[in-house]
Amino acid sequence: MTTFTNIPKQVEDLLEQWSGTSRRNFLKGSGLLVVSFSAAGIANPFSAEASAGGAAAAEAAGPYPHPDFRQLDSWIVIHEDSTATFYVGKTDGGQGTGTAFRQMMSDELDIAYNRTSLIMGRTDITVDQGGSGGSDGIQVDGWPMRRVAAEARRVLLDLASARFAVPSDQLAVSEGVITVKADSSRRATYGALIGGRRFNVTLTGDSINATTGVAKVKAVQDLKIVGQPLHRYDIPPKVDGSLKWAVGVAIPGMVHARNVRPPVAGARLISIDESSVRGIPGFIKVVSKGNYVAVVCEREEQAIKAATQLAVNWQKPATPSFPTSDDLYKYMRNTTPTSSPDPNVVGNPDAALASAAKVVEAEYDFPFQGHTAIGPAHAIADPSNDQLTIWSNDMKAYGLRTGVAAFLGMPLDRVRVIWMDGPQLYGRTAADDAGFEAAFLAKEVGRPVRVQWMRHEETAWDTKGPAYTFKLRGGLDAQGNLIAMDYNARAADYNHLGYNDPGTVLIAQLMGRRPSATASGSAATPSELYVIPNRRRATQVVGLPLVWESPLRTGNLRDPNGPQVTFASESFIDELAAAAHADPVGFRLALLTAGTTDDKEFKRARSIAAVKTVAEAYGWDTRSSPKPLGTGTILTGRGISYCFRNQTVVAQIAEVEVNRNTGHVWVKRLVCAHDCGLVINPEGLRRTIEGNMLYGMSRALHEEVRFDTEKVTSVDWISHPTLTHADAPATIDIVLLNGDPNPNRPDLPHYGAGEAACRPTVAAVANAIYDATGVRIRRVPFRDGRVLAALKAANV
Amino acid sequence: MSNITLKVNGNAHTLDLDPSTPLLYILRNDLGLEGPRFGCGLGQCGACTVIINGAAVRSCVTPCSSVTGEITTLEGLANGGTLHPVQQAWIDEQVPQCGFCQNGQIMTAKVLLDRNPNPTDAEIREGMARTLCRCMTYYRIQAAIKRASTSMKAAGTASGHEVVA
Repeated sequence: MTTFTNIPKQVEDLLEQWSGTSRRNFLKGSGLLVVSFSAAGIANPFSAEASAGGAAAAEAAGPYPHPDFRQLDSWIVIHEDSTATFYVGKTDGGQGTGTAFRQMMSDELDIAYNRTSLIMGRTDITVDQGGSGGSDGIQVDGWPMRRVAAEARRVLLDLASARFAVPSDQLAVSEGVITVKADSSRRATYGALIGGRRFNVTLTGDSINATTGVAKVKAVQDLKIVGQPLHRYDIPPKVDGSLKWAVGVAIPGMVHARNVRPPVAGARLISIDESSVRGIPGFIKVVSKGNYVAVVCEREEQAIKAATQLAVNWQKPATPSFPTSDDLYKYMRNTTPTSSPDPNVVGNPDAALASAAKVVEAEYDFPFQGHTAIGPAHAIADPSNDQLTIWSNDMKAYGLRTGVAAFLGMPLDRVRVIWMDGPQLYGRTAADDAGFEAAFLAKEVGRPVRVQWMRHEETAWDTKGPAYTFKLRGGLDAQGNLIAMDYNARAADYNHLGYNDPGTVLIAQLMGRRPSATASGSAATPSELYVIPNRRRATQVVGLPLVWESPLRTGNLRDPNGPQVTFASESFIDELAAAAHADPVGFRLALLTAGTTDDKEFKRARSIAAVKTVAEAYGWDTRSSPKPLGTGTILTGRGISYCFRNQTVVAQIAEVEVNRNTGHVWVKRLVCAHDCGLVINPEGLRRTIEGNMLYGMSRALHEEVRFDTEKVTSVDWISHPTLTHADAPATIDIVLLNGDPNPNRPDLPHYGAGEAACRPTVAAVANAIYDATGVRIRRVPFRDGRVLAALKAANV
Repeated sequence: MSNITLKVNGNAHTLDLDPSTPLLYILRNDLGLEGPRFGCGLGQCGACTVIINGAAVRSCVTPCSSVTGEITTLEGLANGGTLHPVQQAWIDEQVPQCGFCQNGQIMTAKVLLDRNPNPTDAEIREGMARTLCRCMTYYRIQAAIKRASTSMKAAGTASGHEVVA
């Protein structure tokens, strides 16, 4: 084994150049791995500060540490010029969470926002908050951020108290300056009190989410920076071209790799004819193990050419890997489930349905949909000195580190992952897979390797959100009240992938590695608080014939089950309302107000507020759906949908135009009432909701992964359409709501917003189409051909 | 291999390359310009867009040997320290989410406004329709284009400042 030595200087230089973070710049007089920061491309008022004594480069040699979350110094560094750098274990997928984190921490620390900076997702210098996921960055991880910043403020007040020999309660603090209240000439800046030195304060907490010091966080009424519509710090460098992205990392000696995927799912590698690519200039190596194949070349375009040209002999599997996408739902309904958890039953739904004055039944289908990132998966790995540095946009940088170390049998402290910006994250993307591939290839080649997937790989092989079939039955009494509901959902989700699991990433699967057990997967139930006295909620999971090495592998997609489940459940509520000849808003409110008990997050009260608010914002006129059929070519209608996700409540109304000659649907207007508790940055939140709703529209109108029995046939933007500029609504209205029964309570929580707003959109669009046409579309997506066929079948 | 000379953002570069090499890889890997990005390699998404001779060109499907005019990339859009009005509108409207596609959106919008300083909503939709965004920032992009159109008219010039191309 090679002797462990320093990281090559040129690598450190590049690190510094890209991110401004260098392991050579330590705090004065400490070996602590907190560093100075001057983010390249990010407006930074203090780039010249704090090389802080510049501890010797030799100290950077050590193994990559795991920062201790119970040390205040791991989270916050105050520099001599009274600026602060925050270190958090999150990543920002482009929703502005980085800006929001800075706002929350600046506020608790009592320092001007523009005197702070933030480092995220670098496993060797930021505490492990797990990266991003679950829309919980602000909802969950924001709390330890606030508490540690409040603790730093308390420590600074203590230091000032000692310096001025006055009790802390006789000191005032504002924007990083502490003043004696009785004598404003006696003042000290944060930099003068601790700049360039350690806090040396130990925090407590059983887990990182529970991290806390002694200090309490501020009451909502005392927050000044939280709530401001500050511009995101990452947008100017994204607009002027100066931002450094993971995809652009270039290291001296770096080579380029491309994968060669099996031409059909489940194929077995028989042989590779390397002579087919040896003549390509820059060709270095074919790497293969099991069914994993990649080519490595000096230049990127050479690797692309070699991957296309490499002659590989594959053996197809003897039996079909899956049904065709056209046959998928029939297959899902008829196959034996891999799991059928006991249903959740309230009351006696069978008896209630038997006694109902009217029973409504409907089936819904939702296809596999993919992340299909705008920039295909990529990663760069440097194997110097028996270590690995991986640059990645993987939202779970920490999991990537752990997974790669296990995958390659490396000590964890020899692996680090440096998160950098990249194309959208939103779940378990192929960024996980690419990180493992870059690491493996770098070890094989012995040089830094950059790997990127091609478009056809990204679209065909990226993880998929599970397809669903649904069957719902509902019973109305003679007065049109909903007395019974029977919900059955099946998800094609067997062997659902986790994040960065060394046994299930694609490269490991292709190499033949298998974990001891498959993941059971899951199907979900609706998220609403309707009071229905008799109710059954049943879920089953089904598997496809090919379980491993499949391009139809499922993983978390943005709001993993929400759009599917809510499409079915909120479409069905609309069907019931129509059967009862009731107004869709009023029908929902009746179901929400029927309850006599409330839940601890006030979700019912907040749901009622959201539904009422969205109706008011839209200008909803009370009537049942559908409206009388129009006579022109363009039919218009409106549809409502409501849900919550965790504690965030969303109600949306879509207004559509349906072209009865072409079947084309245009969502002309979207209105959203959104309650995610305390809003950190209203402008950032509004932009996130906008994009999130349009993402729901894309899933409603366009997206479907298509396949034949042996391969995915959705391979590019023609065979896998997405929303375009032509689809954008003319008007979007967003109401940021605080429906808490005590809206002014000082401890109002902040909930998540990264995923909730896409959840109800598909159903809102479907309900609007029904309102306009009287035709219920029960299968996603609502492409022109499908809608037109449904209109014709109904003689519209 | 052959010597290829490319003029990019005001600077000439001569490189010894396979003439069929797509322009994108040269801009990114040889010239270190990260504005244009690989999105599809098929000319379908627009993430790789550069401006050549006043046209929005998809550099992923443009052989370097076919380029005759000067190339402007996102990095070359600002005039010294002053952002192009389109870029400024993108900041004012806080357009990007992840931002990966925004190179193509900005460069395509710049050409659109050069050719049609006062586009209708329909013309914006049509002109931008083949430039894709998976964070779905379309609504805000369209607002930014209208904002840029207004600010460029107020500044008395069709394109804010001329990009030599």
